[in-house]
Order: sequence, then C-alpha cells, then structure tokens
Amino acid sequence: MIRPASEEDLAGVVAGAKGPLSIQGGGTRGFADNAEGERLTTSGITGITLYEPGALTLVARAGTPVEEIRERLARDNQRLPFEPMDHRALLGTTGEPTIGGVVAANISGPRRVMVGAARDYALGLRFVDGRGMVIRNGGRVMKNVTGYDLVKLLSGSYGTLGILTEVSLKVLPKVAASATIVLGGLSDDRAVAAMAAALGSPFEVSGAAHDPGTGETLLRLEGFDESVRYRSERLAELLKTFAPSRMESDADVVAKLWAAIRDVTAFAGKEGDVWRLSVKPSDAPDLVGRSGAKQSLYDWGGGLVWLRCDDGTDLRARLAAFAGHATLIRANAQTRRGLGIFQPEPAPLARISAGLRAQFDPRGILNPGMMG
Amino acid sequence: MEMPKPNPEILLKKARIVSRLQEALYDGAVIHDEAETRAYECDALSAYRCPPLCAVLPSSTEEVSAILKICHEEGVPVVPRGSGTSLAGGALPTADAVILGVARLNAVLETDYPNRFIRVQTGRTNLSVTGAVETDGFFYAPDPSSQLACAIAGNIAMNSGGAHCLKYGVTTNNLLGVTMVLMDGTVVEVGGAHMDAGGIDLLGVICGSEGQLGVVTEATLRILPKPEGARPVLIGYDSNEVAGECVSDIIKAGVLPVAIEFMDRPCIEATEAFAHAGYPMCEALLIIEVEGSPAEIDEQLALIKEIARRHNPVELREAQDADEAARIWLGRKSAFGAMGQINDYMCLDGTIPVSALPYVLRRIGEMSREYGLGVGNVFHAGDGNMHPLILYDANKPGDLELCEAFGADILKLCVEVGGCLTGEHGVGIEKRDLMVVQFTPEDLEAQMRVKDVFDPDWLLNPAKVFPLASSATRRAATGVAA
Ligand SMILES: Cc1cc2nc3c(=O)[nH]c(=O)nc-3n(C[C@H](O)[C@H](O)[C@H](O)COP(=O)(O)OP(=O)(O)OC[C@H]3O[C@@H](n4cnc5c(N)ncnc54)[C@H](O)[C@@H]3O)c2cc1C
Repeated sequence: MIRPASEEDLAGVVAGAKGPLSIQGGGTRGFADNAEGERLTTSGITGITLYEPGALTLVARAGTPVEEIRERLARDNQRLPFEPMDHRALLGTTGEPTIGGVVAANISGPRRVMVGAARDYALGLRFVDGRGMVIRNGGRVMKNVTGYDLVKLLSGSYGTLGILTEVSLKVLPKVAASATIVLGGLSDDRAVAAMAAALGSPFEVSGAAHDPGTGETLLRLEGFDESVRYRSERLAELLKTFAPSRMESDADVVAKLWAAIRDVTAFAGKEGDVWRLSVKPSDAPDLVGRSGAKQSLYDWGGGLVWLRCDDGTDLRARLAAFAGHATLIRANAQTRRGLGIFQPEPAPLARISAGLRAQFDPRGILNPGMMG
Repeated sequence: MEMPKPNPEILLKKARIVSRLQEALYDGAVIHDEAETRAYECDALSAYRCPPLCAVLPSSTEEVSAILKICHEEGVPVVPRGSGTSLAGGALPTADAVILGVARLNAVLETDYPNRFIRVQTGRTNLSVTGAVETDGFFYAPDPSSQLACAIAGNIAMNSGGAHCLKYGVTTNNLLGVTMVLMDGTVVEVGGAHMDAGGIDLLGVICGSEGQLGVVTEATLRILPKPEGARPVLIGYDSNEVAGECVSDIIKAGVLPVAIEFMDRPCIEATEAFAHAGYPMCEALLIIEVEGSPAEIDEQLALIKEIARRHNPVELREAQDADEAARIWLGRKSAFGAMGQINDYMCLDGTIPVSALPYVLRRIGEMSREYGLGVGNVFHAGDGNMHPLILYDANKPGDLELCEAFGADILKLCVEVGGCLTGEHGVGIEKRDLMVVQFTPEDLEAQMRVKDVFDPDWLLNPAKVFPLASSATRRAATGVAA
C-alpha cells in the first residue's frame, strides 16, 4: 500500500506510476478487494488547515478522519450539515472514514432532503490529476462562480478524475433541539404520500424515512426549542389523516433513530447484495414492488431507496428502464465486475464521461473501470 | 477589452448561413437585418457592444439542435442568450457569431408538488417560475435582483445567486436536471427528478459554465414550500468592524437568517437621498431577515437583537408590520438605482471570507481616495459576496479605464485575502483577463479540458471566461476566430 505523506509526495507517485492505482481514503467502502492496480491511500495526508466558525468554513486535508472533523466542529457547536453515512456496519469493513472519501463519493445522509448533498457543501478542493499535476478549484468562500465548477465535477467522481488532497467545506451550527414524529402501519404508497405532504409543508422537515420492516415512518424536525415544539405539533396535525402518530423528542433517542437510517443498520450483518436507488420519490413504491427485494428502506422521502436482494440479482434488468439510477453498494467481487457498480449511462452521456476521464487521466490509471 | 478578430470567411458566407438557418426553422425567427441585430449587440455590461452576424430565436429543442448542427458544419461560433441581463458581458456577441436566443422557449412543462419540482423551458424568467407555483404555496428559491427580467437559461449558465441564498443556496443547489443541446446538435438529458447524479456529476459542471458547454433548453428545478412568514430588522453601527463582528456572532450563535445585507455610509447616504427609506446616518447598516411562524420569528429575532445590543448599535429597528418591513427593504432594493442617480457606476461582485470584511472595506476606502473615484458598498454579509459600486463619468475621457483599473485592484484584493473574483455575476469578458490572478496555468488548463470534451471546436460562446492568451492555441487549432 502506497501512503504518501503530502500532496507533493502524492503528485510524485502519480506522475511516476507505471500502472493502475486503486485509490482509497480509509478503505471503508471495500473497493480495493476487487480493483486492479496498486493500492494507494490518502490517509497519510491529514490535518485541519483552517477553521473559521464565524465564517462557517473548514478546510481539511483529504485523509483527515471524519471523526476528527466532527469533534473539532462540535467544540464550536457546529456540524457537517449533510450528515455523511458511515458504511462500516453495512459493509462489514473496518478503517477510518476520511473527509476526502466523503467528498469523492458525494456521501450524504437523511438531511440531504432538506439541506443538500455533500457536493453542495464542498466550496473548494485541491487534487492530483492522472498526470500528477496539482490542481485547485473553488475556494473557501460560500459564493464563487469564478471559472468552471470542477468542485462539483470531482465530488462523486470516485477518484476517477483526480485524487483529492484537500477539501474546503461549508459547515453549519448544531441545532438546539430535534424531534421525530413516528407514524405506524402505513403501506409504502401511503408512507411516501405522507412524507410528500410533510416535505411539502412549511415546517422544514429535515429527515423523512420509512422502514417497511418495522412499519414506521419517521419525520424529523430540528431547530430552536420553541420552534421545534410548534412545528412538530402542526405537522402531527397535518398528518393525522394518514395515521396516528407518536412524538420522540429526547435528543439521544432521536439521534440514534436517524443514525440507524443514515447507516442502513437494518441491513447490517444480513446476507445478500445491497443496492441503492436514486429515483423520483413517488416512483419508489412501485420499483420496490418490482425489485423482488428481501428488504427495503426508504430515505429522502422516497428519493433514496435501499434494497437487499438475493446474491447476484441483476436488479437493473429486473427494473427495466426507470428514471433515476441503481448503484451496487455491497456484493461479491464477481457480481460487482459482472453488473458494474454504477448504472450504465445513455450513450451521449457515457461518451462525455469517458471523454472527461481521458482528459483528466490520459493514461487511465486512476481507479480504472470503476465508473465505466 | 480585446476580442478575437472576426473570421472573414464567415462574414463572406453570411447569406448562405442565414438561408440555411431560415430553412431549418418552422416557427422560429432569424434576424439578420443590420438594424435589427443591434438589439443583440450587448447585455447589461453595455460599455461593450458588437452586433452579431445574425440572431435566431428557436421555438423548440429540435430547432435549437438544427441550428447548432448547421453552425457546427459551417464552423460558425454561437453565443447563447437568455434575457441579456448579464453584468459580465457573458452574452456579448462577436461579429462572426450567431446569437441563439431562448426567449421564445418559455413554457412550463410540468409541475409536480408531491415530488417538489417544476420543469420549464429555459427562456422563462426567474420570477415567473415562482409565479407558476406560488398560488399553491411553493416558490423557486434563487432570487437574483434581476429576477423580473433574467431567464432561467442565464441563471443556470451563471449559477446566479440572490438575497436569500444564505439559507437556500444558489442556482446549482436548486437545479435537478437539464435538457441540453451540444454544439454538434446532439440532445442530452442530464439529471432529472431524482436527487443525485448516477455517474460523474455533469450537471454540476454545466451549471456555471457560462454557455460554453451546450445550449440548455429545459430545466428541472427544485421548488420549496413557502415559509409561513418573514420579518426584517435594521441595525445601525458606527463602525464597519463592529457590524462585521455582529454578523459573525449571529452566525456563530446558530441562527440562520435568510438574508444578512450590509450597506456602508456612502451607500446609505445615496439611497437615503434617493428613496427616503428613513435610514439612520451611520457607518454601517445591517438588514437581517428571518423566516417562520410569528412565534418562530420572535424567537430568532430576540436572539439576534440580544447579540446586536451587545455591540452597542446606534439604531435597532424591528418591522412591526408589512409596511415597515417594506420600508426597511426599500433602501436596499433601490441602492443600485440610487448610486446610478449620482453617476455612472460599475458593479463588482468579488467574494471575501467574512472575517476579512473590515480590512477589505478599509482598503477599498483608501484606494477610492487614491483613484479619486467614489465607491459605495452593498454586501451580502452572511456569505461575503461584495458589491462595490464604483462611480465614474462615462462622458469623461479616461474615466471608464480608470474605473476598470480600480475595479481590477479591488478584485485582486478579494483574491489576496482568500476570496474570489466573482460570487454570482460570472466571469464573461469582464473578468476574463483577471483569471490568472486567481488560477495557475494548470488550474485553467484543467477547466479548458472540460470544454474540449463538450465543445471540441471551441465554437460556443467565444472569448469568455478564459484569458485569450490561455485559449489561443486551442482556438488556433480549430481554425475559428484566430
Ligand atoms: C439590475 C441587475 C441586477 C442583478 N442582480 C443579480 C443578482 O442579484 N444575482 C445574480 O446572480 N445576478 C444578478 N444580475 C446578473 C444577471 O441578471 C444574471 O447573471 C442572470 O442570470 C443573467 O440571465 P439572462 O437570462 O439575462 O442571461 P444572459 O445575459 O442572456 O446570458 C448570461 C450568460 O448565459 C449564457 N446563456 C444564456 N442562455 C443560455 C442557454 N440557453 N444555454 C446556455 N447558456 C446560456 C450566455 O451565453 C451568457 O454567458 C443582475 C443584473 C442586473 C442588470
């Protein structure tokens, strides 16, 4: 495993590479076990380089553990608004999630439905492209339209366009209070409708999930005490027509509920492949019905669906054409290779994506084959 | 401002190009008469003008595709245009370019409340997107001050912001998908009603690419439920530093107002004389707006006022009713107009880290004296996006150049303190040559490689964003506009 200690080292390694590199942060996604190429980790390039609570900005090197950032932010009563998932329980992996990995894979949790994704909080980054050049884009200010937005392009490119070395993030204050309304016994259809009603209300719902396993539909509200109390009462009233509800307002209980949704712990330790669908929320129940999955979980009001299927199921073939995409999150190496991790793109888009990879990584050495 | 010399071969074959375009359009129009093309000679950066070869106004994505195919075959540059309100010269034509205006593409294609999106053709104006969903209790969040006129097409190209983006984000954070036509006529669908990209985030780089990657004809936009209400407070201080500290303390306290606007003394004086909003005469004025139910507003404003008082304000005024709220916003909203009463002005748009605010304002004041040109500052203080308005006299020889030099110095200062050249207006031609201040040649090269993929012949929106020297080899290689 190559473990450069600095951006400069990394640039040297990439420039001098003789063959493919399999890039990881903390390795918690388990991509390396079936990837070709020499393993390279950014976990040696660490450290928070700037934190200005009054400007809501934090800059950290890519290998910095997410936990270190969480702790630093917490000391000033702030947090990462996009609530990144921890994959370890679901995937049965070890290692330490890094902030570079979070941004490179655009990992967002339940709050994404209200506040946006990791890519929406990435203000700037530095990366090493496939030639070994160090490139900088964006900055550390919240509004910036200077030149093309490579920050968005690189967020979610899984290392195929460049290896991130530093990210600059917008952060937000922690909230004083949070509560969760729990509705019981709704069908998937009705649950998605209830979540749509909640998200379409002015009450600022910051999480909307449904677990068909427990039959519970969860709606989260966050903010100042009085405000959370007021909004949760109004929202419960609005949702009366769907089902009777109970209210959870103990901060620890609420935090645990949503950590479980975020990390899909309901699937942890159970056999089968795990898929992640990104769809138009109202399409979700039908797709889940057609998937033949053993277990499902709805997040983002139905816009994100987790499915646990029999090993080797070709879910994309089973669902046929649908608006959105299916990503294979957990499967053995053979299935991953056979089906591909990412949904194949329509020809003109695939051509553009391949063109971009060829431009940023002309030798095709950065995670080759990962995204097409 | 240097622009590439028009390609004489294109000028010579104008008649053929016009007739091919006319044949390709069913309902759309081709404007080629010299008197009429003048309507497209500039955008809101009106100091720079150049009538295009011709202008086409298609009425469908298919027509856009047909136009681009022809221009691609003929090797003719194309400048996409929405409403022409760009302040950066983003829609400035060259004499050998076809203006492709999307103004006729203004339909609402789909509204979907359960999934909270609207799909529109991109010639539709920003305000009329909200107009289409407002009676059902929804709105489209990005709200540039030009929202009555500017089109979604331009908003996407410039990744435009607005007064409320502190809470709701800018265009890129509210854009779910686009239909875009590539320079060779290929129509692509990127994104859609779902929330994130399935592969590389192409939508993310299309937004803000200033019309250089493709012509966007349709857009899927996130719409949000309208808040129950909103209320502003006005706070005056006798120093910029203290006002800056107050903003920082409010943000640190965990309140997230929808807007924090900042005006300095020259700006307050000008707007007061113009709009009579009843503003106090002081060094710095903050307008802070929060949203929610009346009780939630009370709760947030109580905290804001408590913080504000700790810094000894010379004025602290909370709107008691809609009328007072309107009066508080009146001055801010007429700030540009008020400065325009005094003289011609140039509006800058750099962003700085909010911690650098007092230093930057002090330096701008010093430079103003050195250059002998007045400047007023209006400012989105929560996110550091400055709008210094430099006053000059367009009729006085040399004044525009002096003003541009002053402007460039301010933008360099923004970069020096860790900020950037433009927060929401875009680079266009205006800041093109300053890009080297913010980016290394490698940084620029990486951006230009993206254009190489989408538009290999470099025909779309020529001479914008990248310094001419940086793009020279690419433009020469394609034989277009040397
Ligand atoms: C008084 C005033 C106030 C303003 N306030 C704000 C503000 O608060 N916030 C802000 O962000 N901006 C503001 N602006 C700037 C301007 O309104 C925005 O940049 C706006 O988004 C431009 O939209 P437009 O439709 O007028 O675009 P145009 O000026 O027509 O074009 C702008 C850019 O978009 C490209 N383009 C146009 N159509 C397409 C298309 N279909 N496909 C691809 N590219 C295309 C053009 O080539 C050009 O580069 C203001 C301008 C004025 C005059």
